[in-house]
Amino acid sequence: MRKFHSLLAILAATSATLVSFTSAAAEVNIYSARKEALIKPVLEKFTEETDIEVNLLTGKADALLARLNSEGENTPADLFLTVDAGALHRAVEADAFQAVSSDEINSAVPSHFRSTDNLWFGLSLRARPIFYSPERVNPDELESYLSLADEKWNDRICIRSSNNLYNQSLVAALIEHHGAEKTEEWAEDFVENFARKPVGGDRDQIKGVAFGVCDIAIANTYYFGHMLNSDDAEERSAAEKVKIFWPAQDKQGAHVNVSGIGITKHAKNVDEAQKLIEFLVSEESQKWYAQANYEYPVREGVEWSETLQQWGDFKQDDIEMDILGENNGDAVRLMNRAGWR
Amino acid sequence: MNRGTLLLFAVAVLIGLPLIVVALSLLNPQWDTLQHLWQTVIPEYIGHSVILLFAVGTGVTLLGVSTAWCISQYDFPGWRWLSWALLLPLAMPAYITAYTYTSLLDYAGPVQGVIRDIFSVNIGEYWFPQIRSLNGAIFVLCIVLYPYVYLITRSAFMQQSTTAFESAKTLGASSLRSFWKVALPLARPAIATGVTLALMETLADYGTMEYFGVTVFTTGIFRTWYGIGDAQGALQLSALLLVFVIILIMVERYSRRRARFYQQRSATKPPQRRPLSGWRAALASLVCWLPVVLGFVIPATQLLLWSVQKSEIWQQSEFWMLTFNTLWLGLLAALITVTLALWLAYGRRRHPTRPLRAAISLAGMGYAIPGIVIAVGLLSPLAWLDNQIIAISEWVFDFNPGLLFSGTVIALLFAYSVRFLSVSLQTVNSGLEQITPQMDDTARTLGASGKRILWRVHLPLLRSPLLAALILVLVDVMKELPATLVLRPFDFNTLAVRAFEMASDERLADAGPPALMIVAVGLIPVIMLSRALRSKTLKAGE
Repeated sequence: MRKFHSLLAILAATSATLVSFTSAAAEVNIYSARKEALIKPVLEKFTEETDIEVNLLTGKADALLARLNSEGENTPADLFLTVDAGALHRAVEADAFQAVSSDEINSAVPSHFRSTDNLWFGLSLRARPIFYSPERVNPDELESYLSLADEKWNDRICIRSSNNLYNQSLVAALIEHHGAEKTEEWAEDFVENFARKPVGGDRDQIKGVAFGVCDIAIANTYYFGHMLNSDDAEERSAAEKVKIFWPAQDKQGAHVNVSGIGITKHAKNVDEAQKLIEFLVSEESQKWYAQANYEYPVREGVEWSETLQQWGDFKQDDIEMDILGENNGDAVRLMNRAGWR
Repeated sequence: MNRGTLLLFAVAVLIGLPLIVVALSLLNPQWDTLQHLWQTVIPEYIGHSVILLFAVGTGVTLLGVSTAWCISQYDFPGWRWLSWALLLPLAMPAYITAYTYTSLLDYAGPVQGVIRDIFSVNIGEYWFPQIRSLNGAIFVLCIVLYPYVYLITRSAFMQQSTTAFESAKTLGASSLRSFWKVALPLARPAIATGVTLALMETLADYGTMEYFGVTVFTTGIFRTWYGIGDAQGALQLSALLLVFVIILIMVERYSRRRARFYQQRSATKPPQRRPLSGWRAALASLVCWLPVVLGFVIPATQLLLWSVQKSEIWQQSEFWMLTFNTLWLGLLAALITVTLALWLAYGRRRHPTRPLRAAISLAGMGYAIPGIVIAVGLLSPLAWLDNQIIAISEWVFDFNPGLLFSGTVIALLFAYSVRFLSVSLQTVNSGLEQITPQMDDTARTLGASGKRILWRVHLPLLRSPLLAALILVLVDVMKELPATLVLRPFDFNTLAVRAFEMASDERLADAGPPALMIVAVGLIPVIMLSRALRSKTLKAGE
């Protein structure tokens, strides 16, 4: 009998979750590749101000996209949010978005950070500069991403696996700027300069520089921001041994990627979805959204967080984000051939 | 085929559906991608997978069999404790163990820090093994996966008749020789089952490999799908992975080819524990403590230290909601999966026709397939079904019921059944194999119906394998990540999802509490299992 009761409890709990998201109030549903902790607070704020319920499902971008596609016109998702240009591009290719025309959004998001047909809009920027040890590297020796193929960096570079989508986007950008052939030659020499086989995440590369495993690393700035502001004293002191170098400042500029959002083709709550995008690009949310993760706001004129201000202004690579997506497959093949694992 | 068998066959095929989707992808080969992968990375994937299979296979056999033997045969200080403590590493998700060991053993960790302080050397001036490497991955998988071998082999050793073992000794064989010549061969089917499970999990592992930078099929599948944007090519890589699984299963079958050892249990004496003392007792303790310390004490302590840093989490009601979600989902999935396994295994025993056997083998292969591939293999058929239902309902009732399967708990439970059926199927099968066909025959001669034989003869005898299967699935579901991530409903999270989101953002301290909770929740069933097994042995001894 006890068994039977616990079974009943389980069934009740199941049906509760099944039913809980079918309520009728104004709502909007998001599939998000951005982690819950980095978006939920701003969504709660939106609900508070507009009375529109937001239902969130987080996951990996391509898996969510696969779900979106197979659900087809009956999908509950109104919005699809990703953290890199490649996934946005694949969503466009899969015809998953619908165009949005909103002056409010267009004026907030610079044109190269939204798709040409207004299918998606950037929300924040993620810069991927060079990190170096001021003890062992003179910043005058540093120049651009390409110059890291030079022999003098032999055994001195830390970078994570090419499974990482930001490495893929970086190489996709290099293909656009320098051509596939030159980029492949570069990649072959660059891989030779690795201080170790690529392991771990971006923080590990920065730590590698701090602990002297290597002298140079490539990583996204927000990891560095988290380390500098960490609760953990060791992590803070490691980060303090490392400095940022903004590469290619007299050329294309430092590589940036975009986290962006679009309204799905079969959205049921288009108005609410558009309201949410407008809310996300508003000055106040932009500030929070960028600061929560030490990212750069996509909207111009929004104040940067203190940490970001310390790193200084820099020239961004203003390549069309669509191109990063288009070149992504070629970038991965190129890295496969160059032995970048 | 009668109606019952037909239904059985249909269910087995349904469970095998995602695998069929994977296999069908081969009909439309992406030559471009495949050729490119073949020339660049596939040889490496194969090489690494082969090394992993051999090394992890050897490691889990050594750890699992030696501990199972000590616990089932000897009386030494602490064996009662150890008998269940040895199961604890099962509750640790492999990638979490990988994270904890990295933070301990990497150059930035305390161990190397102490070495540098004592010998006043700098990084690069001393040798220290690199934890994030192929060897590191082998180490982590061995200490996390050996409990499969331990659990199944221990029950086999316990159920072995001492008569056989003692006859060997009476005939003048030494203890060691009797172990090699009698106990080990008798336990071979059980060992093979445990090792196969561990190796299937090895092939499906993504988290550890990705973090340690080991290139294998799973990392390649993600890379081909997300990076090159070729979903078909990724499915074809999964199909290649299936080849490994099929080889694995064939090796397992071969290894137990004539090994259908049925034992006359009623006539056996329960095993008498032999007391150990002195260095022998110390050795037995060491053999059993080592995997517990490596696989549980060390990583759990690290998690605990991280959790202390984030103590505020324990007061959040949302965190307890996560725990509750994880627990009921795991329990429900375990019940469904084990019921299915029992039904299928039993059906195969009664009607061992070729198509049915093939369908059940197919259903049992899901364990080695990365969860994400299963999820994707399920997405399209489920969504198709949903869309048909909606179309019909709108046409007939002018009412849109919404998606009934996709994005609901039903989809999750389906995926778990596919992924973990083989865990329960193998455990139940190895239990069924201990029941002689003569028992069925006897019962039938006495006029018992099939149903009655199941309830009165088999189920009581199967109690401990069924419980083992329930707990293995429960713990596995609680750790499961990729399929949960893709298929779960809106605003529905589990502990594994939370731990992963934090860990993948490289916020290890925040990943501590949910990971620790998985372990804590996993502990309760593990202890229950161990108790149940022991009370059963005691009863048999009365």
